[in-house]
Amino acid sequence: MSDFELPTSSWQASYGEEARERVGFFTDTSLCIGCKACEVACKEWNRVPEDGLVHRGMSMDNTGGLSADTWRHVAFIEQRNAFELGDDGEGGLRWLMASDVCKHCTHAACLEVCPTGALFRTEFGTVVVQEDVCNGCGYCIPACPFGVIDRREDDGRAHKCTLCYDRLKDDQTPACAQACPTNSIQFGPLDELRAHAQDRVAQLVQAGEQGAQLYLADGDDGIGGAGAFFLLLDDPEVYGLPPDPVDPVRRLPAIWGLTALAAGTILAGVAAAVTGDRHRARRR
Amino acid sequence: MSALDRSHGQGAVTAAGDGRPTVPRAAPRSYYGLPVLNEPVWTWEIPAYFFAGGMAGASAPLALAASVQGNRRLARAASAVALAGVAVSPPLLISDLGRPERFLNMLRMFKVTSPMSVGAWILSAFAPAVAVGAGRELLGVAPAVGRAGQVGGALLGPALSTYTAALLACTAVPVWHEARRELPFVFAGSSLASAGAAATILAGPSASAPARRMAVGGATLSLCATIAMERRLGALAAPYHEGSAKPFARAAKGLSAAGALTLACASAAQGRARMPAARMRSWTGGRSSRGRPIQSAAGVALLAGAALERWAIFRAGIDSAADPAATIAPQRARRDRA
Repeated sequence: MSDFELPTSSWQASYGEEARERVGFFTDTSLCIGCKACEVACKEWNRVPEDGLVHRGMSMDNTGGLSADTWRHVAFIEQRNAFELGDDGEGGLRWLMASDVCKHCTHAACLEVCPTGALFRTEFGTVVVQEDVCNGCGYCIPACPFGVIDRREDDGRAHKCTLCYDRLKDDQTPACAQACPTNSIQFGPLDELRAHAQDRVAQLVQAGEQGAQLYLADGDDGIGGAGAFFLLLDDPEVYGLPPDPVDPVRRLPAIWGLTALAAGTILAGVAAAVTGDRHRARRR
Repeated sequence: MSALDRSHGQGAVTAAGDGRPTVPRAAPRSYYGLPVLNEPVWTWEIPAYFFAGGMAGASAPLALAASVQGNRRLARAASAVALAGVAVSPPLLISDLGRPERFLNMLRMFKVTSPMSVGAWILSAFAPAVAVGAGRELLGVAPAVGRAGQVGGALLGPALSTYTAALLACTAVPVWHEARRELPFVFAGSSLASAGAAATILAGPSASAPARRMAVGGATLSLCATIAMERRLGALAAPYHEGSAKPFARAAKGLSAAGALTLACASAAQGRARMPAARMRSWTGGRSSRGRPIQSAAGVALLAGAALERWAIFRAGIDSAADPAATIAPQRARRDRA
């Protein structure tokens, strides 16, 4: 199965003079205090509807994950025996908190499989749904390897984080980053964020935080790098993130090849079935 | 619960100075067992379309071949099946949209990176081709245009039958994406089986010999590809073995195998009885309908098997998306290898 480079990374060229510097989020979860100000600010600014009042009873998180009505989601992970406390061998308890968001992938499966072109890449390199075009076909939902985008029940269209496209157009910081009181959510040009993230993870590892790791910070992963990447204190799956996400469209050339072969099998099958039929001998 | 067991984020982390796990992980960790992926929102219309469109797609080349060979009964039957399949497809697809009134947005652009876009265009071209082809066979209208439509339909039909496999394979759902090698052949086989079975039922024993061969061959291909798919998926195939797809997958296999075997035996019996049957035809001046009930019953079993196969694959995808272990375990293994 061969992978291939999609032309989606050439968004800059397609915008010409209008192209802007690619911007994104660096979410440093080591600074997150779980206040959920990002969730609230996002809902307020983007008028995202209420996402269900349920009590999950598993942690301080009753939301569960990203959806059409949750564009920022704060995960709470309670870990017992995460580190040694004293001589008695008893372990300490720690809380991991992390604000999840759409990754605005370089190779964004949702955008690639969207049949209407409702999902598009903006001049900032972000991925946005055009609500006036989306017809709610739902293909973007299983295509996303992160479980970000979803269809809103009552209006039938797909919704997700826009990285506050309207605010970006006015040179404003996205609502979540603006509201974050600890600077856990950092917004800016992607190159600068990546450089800063490298320094920060080195600093944390040196300070003894062995689990500290960057997630989706490079361009060499299965999605060609993310516009929103993370500093995590444990493995990605602990936060509900896929450890090695791959854009399924990367395999599409091979899939199309096999599909063509299968279509040829149908033609060959029909040809074989009709060959030698006795009707040939006595046409009516 | 899947074959790959689940554990919470806290589960595998044990006392260690560096905060790293000290015991080997038996099961992948996850965020409180919650799914990584969002569940597909598609409903029954989508697998129903896979069946109807697949059957129509494989009926089109049969209609052309039978027409060229002068087997009018079979050509008419296959044309009617193709027309019926293509007639129900758009309503099924449109009613599954979140915004059905915007269905024309499907044709806003052509995107080769979107199997759904490619499929929308294939269906849009296939439907009128089948319609004029059926007009020629069933009503005798515009034979030249109809013949051109039949040729177009015969070329587009197999693409319509199989692109739906590409559509499922091009998702992040483990049981669909990891089955990308076999899925197109499962769909090709069950399209052949259902098209052959439907034509067998409609055309009757005297005219349906090619359709019967097609049905038996298609069911065999579909069964082999399905078994190969489930074997290669390994633990990811759990939804087929213990999930909500299990009864449908088992029924699909059983009905397809029973239908194909019955039809093959009935065909062989009919072949052996050819001489008396031919003599009987010369006496009665009509067509023999010997063996029709048994062949029709086998056809119904094959149709049901093909429909249930699509339903099982659809259900397995829903279950697979909901299982965090199915998403995480292969990716974790890949990362640990790297």
